[in-house]
Amino acid sequence: MTEPLRPRAIGTSLARLDGRAKVTGTAIYAFEQPLERATYLHPVQATIARGRVTAVDTATAEALDGVVAVLTHVNAPRLASTDDAELAVLQSDEVAFRGQFVGAVIADTPEVARHAASLMGVSYDEQPYDVQLRADRDDLYAPEVVNPSFPTDTDDGDVDAALESAALTVDQTYSTAMQHNNPMEPHTTVAIWNDDGLTLYDSTQGVHAVRTTVAPVFGLDPERVRVIAPHVGGGFGSKGMPHAHVVLAGLAAQVTSGRPVKLALTRQQMFSLVGYRTPTIQRVRLGADSDGHLAAIAHDVVEQTSKIKEFAEQTAVSTRTMYASPNRRTSHRLAALDVPVPSWMRAPGECPGMFGPEVAMDELAVACGIDPIELRVRNEPATDPESGLPYSSRNLVGCLREGARRFGWDRRDPTPAARRDGGWLVGTGVASSTYPAYRQPGSVANIRSGPDGRFTVRIGAADIGTGTWTTLTQIAADALDVPVEAVDLQIGDSALPMATVAGGSSGISNWGSTIVGVARAFRDKYGPDPADGSETEGETPDNPASERFAMHAFGAQFAEVRVHADTGEIRVPRQLGVFAVGRIINPRTARSQFIGGMTMGLSMALHEHSVMDPSSGHVVNHDFAEYHIATNADVGDIDAVWLDEHDPHLNPMGSKGIGEIGIVGAAAAIANAAYHATGTRVRDLPITADRFLP
Amino acid sequence: MQAQITLSVDGEQRSLTIDTRTTLLDALRERLGVTSPKKGCDHGQCGACTVLLDGRRANTCLALAVAHDGARITTAAGLEDGDNLHPLQQAFIDHDGFQCGYCTPGQICSAVGMLDEFEAGHPSHVTQDPTGPQQLDDDEIRERMSGNLCRCGAYANIVAAIRAVAP
Amino acid sequence: MIPFDYQRAADGASAVATVTRRPGAAFLGGGTNLVDHMKLGVADPDLLVDVTRLPYDAIEQLPGGGVRIGATVRNSDLAADPLIRSRYPVLSEALLAGASGQLRNLATTGGNLLQRTRCVYFQDVTTPCNKRQPGAGCSAIDGWTRNHAILGASEHCVATHPSDMAVAMAALDAAVVVLGADGERSIPLVDFHRLPGDEPQRDTVLEHGELITAVDVPALGFAVRSAYRKVRDRASYAFALVSVAAALDIDGGVVRDGRVALGGVAHKPWRATRAEERLRGAPADDATFAAAADAELAQARPLRDNGFKVAMARNTLVAVLRDLAARDQGTKDRP
Repeated sequence: MTEPLRPRAIGTSLARLDGRAKVTGTAIYAFEQPLERATYLHPVQATIARGRVTAVDTATAEALDGVVAVLTHVNAPRLASTDDAELAVLQSDEVAFRGQFVGAVIADTPEVARHAASLMGVSYDEQPYDVQLRADRDDLYAPEVVNPSFPTDTDDGDVDAALESAALTVDQTYSTAMQHNNPMEPHTTVAIWNDDGLTLYDSTQGVHAVRTTVAPVFGLDPERVRVIAPHVGGGFGSKGMPHAHVVLAGLAAQVTSGRPVKLALTRQQMFSLVGYRTPTIQRVRLGADSDGHLAAIAHDVVEQTSKIKEFAEQTAVSTRTMYASPNRRTSHRLAALDVPVPSWMRAPGECPGMFGPEVAMDELAVACGIDPIELRVRNEPATDPESGLPYSSRNLVGCLREGARRFGWDRRDPTPAARRDGGWLVGTGVASSTYPAYRQPGSVANIRSGPDGRFTVRIGAADIGTGTWTTLTQIAADALDVPVEAVDLQIGDSALPMATVAGGSSGISNWGSTIVGVARAFRDKYGPDPADGSETEGETPDNPASERFAMHAFGAQFAEVRVHADTGEIRVPRQLGVFAVGRIINPRTARSQFIGGMTMGLSMALHEHSVMDPSSGHVVNHDFAEYHIATNADVGDIDAVWLDEHDPHLNPMGSKGIGEIGIVGAAAAIANAAYHATGTRVRDLPITADRFLP
Repeated sequence: MQAQITLSVDGEQRSLTIDTRTTLLDALRERLGVTSPKKGCDHGQCGACTVLLDGRRANTCLALAVAHDGARITTAAGLEDGDNLHPLQQAFIDHDGFQCGYCTPGQICSAVGMLDEFEAGHPSHVTQDPTGPQQLDDDEIRERMSGNLCRCGAYANIVAAIRAVAP
Repeated sequence: MIPFDYQRAADGASAVATVTRRPGAAFLGGGTNLVDHMKLGVADPDLLVDVTRLPYDAIEQLPGGGVRIGATVRNSDLAADPLIRSRYPVLSEALLAGASGQLRNLATTGGNLLQRTRCVYFQDVTTPCNKRQPGAGCSAIDGWTRNHAILGASEHCVATHPSDMAVAMAALDAAVVVLGADGERSIPLVDFHRLPGDEPQRDTVLEHGELITAVDVPALGFAVRSAYRKVRDRASYAFALVSVAAALDIDGGVVRDGRVALGGVAHKPWRATRAEERLRGAPADDATFAAAADAELAQARPLRDNGFKVAMARNTLVAVLRDLAARDQGTKDRP
């Protein structure tokens, strides 16, 4: 058990400390740093999916007034390391996917850079390519591990025999679409290369992650790379690690004689360069007795990666721990395609991986004639089925029950297609939600006392909209036993002490634990009245409890769906999420995280689909007009609440991460509600109007 | 091709020479250092660049600066009254109507313009009453604010913030 | 975007003369489509003649009961106009179903008519497109066709017209008033936009240099009972999968007359004359409405990804007609 922090600021709805800057638009994002003599970079992208660049005509572009430099694979500065093929920008003539960088123009103005880039004539030797994910491909392979380091396959008990003898079975294939993170702030890097080394104003979820990744690529000591990101316009995983554009900006900055190079990818360019969620094809088999007790679960996933760099989404991992079943099998198989590199997108693994199984559970509930909540309750495990460890806390049942009460579930008639309101068929659905309580070592915090009882707390953490500026201040205040007004937090700069990336819903757990540990050491050393300039620095403390307990957050998602009987239009007038996530640091920002995740889940359920066109080899709906994300009008009455969960094993704050669980299960709840509304079972996302038409 | 234009930006007269290709958004952000309007898509598909252009909400990414010589522009940075936030700005903070903040200045300018449109009796796609909207209910707010995408999913709180300020 | 000159037009005639003289010149309205295309490299004018300050910004009653809508009237102002809302609700509803509040504040009547297709291949200069580059080939036909045409397409182009406003105007027998080097002419809206045929690069019958100055909507008493219904993949801010503009004149349970146009289904706003023929003189009931829809859609030729549009268009048309017929008893159908 970690020594719990006495909460005073923690648990209060402190308004965002960066609120004023954001509502006036004066918070400075990466592209907005006031810099003298800046240049603008516009990339040139490959228009073939595989092959070689045979020639680039740069003369017309170079002759244009205002062009500072033109880069191609021929003249671009050499990188010190090309081990990461995604980051080996302009180092060879090879084209591995359509949209890859094959050149760039640096100019005095954005207008000239864009125009010049359009004048670059690139010739190719085009080779056959392959961009189609199918479950029946004969070249699927098993990766060594799945993201980040889970076993690829698991097999416990005898699934086949259990399915054979089960009274009831579900055997269906589900699919989730390719999706793009699409944070509102485009991926942006402003690079300055001078005698001090490389400075990057970058839109990133982790300034230190960028520094440690990029420094060896350029052959620089990490100390000579500085990354600054005080405000980040969303990331959702795509800004979790540096992508090729960061390297391109760094290359360009080497040829501008110290002038800053500004690069913001266009929305269209983001569809081929900054990662995406792989499409998944999931076969789910459930076997149960007539009372709905699971005897077997099998979850076999097919997904894609790129040929140049492997990313294996851990889609079936949540199935390993979700429900009690003596026989369990999961597998992941990949198709390596001539496509951009897939990567993290909000709740990689859990988000797509809880779609298939949670719809399958709904199908099993129908087959058993058991309420879908009751079915889940009956399959609640006493300990983690995967590890055998006890859960530090697991309140899935509590979430389901509380949600049922709030949502009016007891009035639900399970009969599908039995409710109509005007032209609309109405239904409700439920699904479970889960996300691991990850924790990583390696963050460092520095606390220094100033005059007038103030404290400066320094850690290279990130606020990507999650509320870090506010919540870490609350944690630091409680850790130092001072009011929040006495804390000056500094984050978002690699000149600050090392911090883990804002990912895996682990930021607050990692950074907060570190700050608490350092604050305690500070007080131990300097007492309640430290002299001005007293200072303590330290690393994330160990948590031995993580060896003894399985640590996961849980939740229940409820949705009401309406499907128009004539047109098939689908709407979600009501969503409720109930979560059990340990202690909530800040109810105001926490609720935003939950409903934000649920809204993105709605968007995934109804809208999001990156259309990979096999005949052109790229995502053709590459803008916000064609790649739909939910608008304001798509979201109805949405709310999130949480149980009062006390878990002393997690960290001093008693908190689990909350950035991702909100999206997990949301799409399944909507799909289940759509079935309840219409009697049509849609197993492939997104659920669009045409699914309900003949 | 170059052109000389003058813009009134948040109450200040600003004269500048621009490339005719420069959008109002880039003129504000790259030339005048007014970074409150954001570039989210650059094609009129997200609303992050929304300002009040001669008093009405408008996307600035598809407006050429040269075509708006003499225009009066109010950004979210210009909505403050001295040190006092505009009531909508305060409501966005109170209701946590944003997370990453990147769409926020556009949302707020859009909301200011939208409330004026409602006051002027403009109907919307969801207005039932043929004589015009009688009440700015949640469905009306949602529809009228749908030109401003928010990837963090703060819509519900944006609606709450606007509802708190709406007549 | 290539460099271009910019002029603010002094008057209509000189604007027309200027653009007519210069092959690379274009008129600039609200810019919401043209500037978009210039950024994408789809359009590359070397001169923009800004017509937004010309005196075409009025909505006036015409003798005989019709309305003249100036070409530079902004979409939002047109949608909110009391005359339009009371006499032609279908037109106001169509406008409000399009784009977003802030785009409607910029977009003009003339520019809305001249919107070009949202076909993803047309908008991407790295993929072949006959509309952009005649003879290059059509990427859409064997590509992603969810949003494409089911009526009136050709082997050269399967794109759809994106306007909502124009669909309503097609149903209302509107006419486009055009100023050219040789003077003014009036083009029925249904003839203004073209089917692709073997010249998909030509969206309309306008000649280079002709300027839209107004749209005339004739008197149509029964248009007070008219509606626009748009089916799309989001609840708002999305182009139509299918849309229906319709007006019904019902007397004693019998359809005396009707106007129907479809959007999202063809290279132009699709005036559903076959449906209208079936409606006239028939009982105002579901059977008639279904027969009308079927008559129109019998000619549909769906592509790989858009077969659903046939049923969607049929059902939506029937639903709109049913709603109009029941107008006195109820209100609009919404979630």
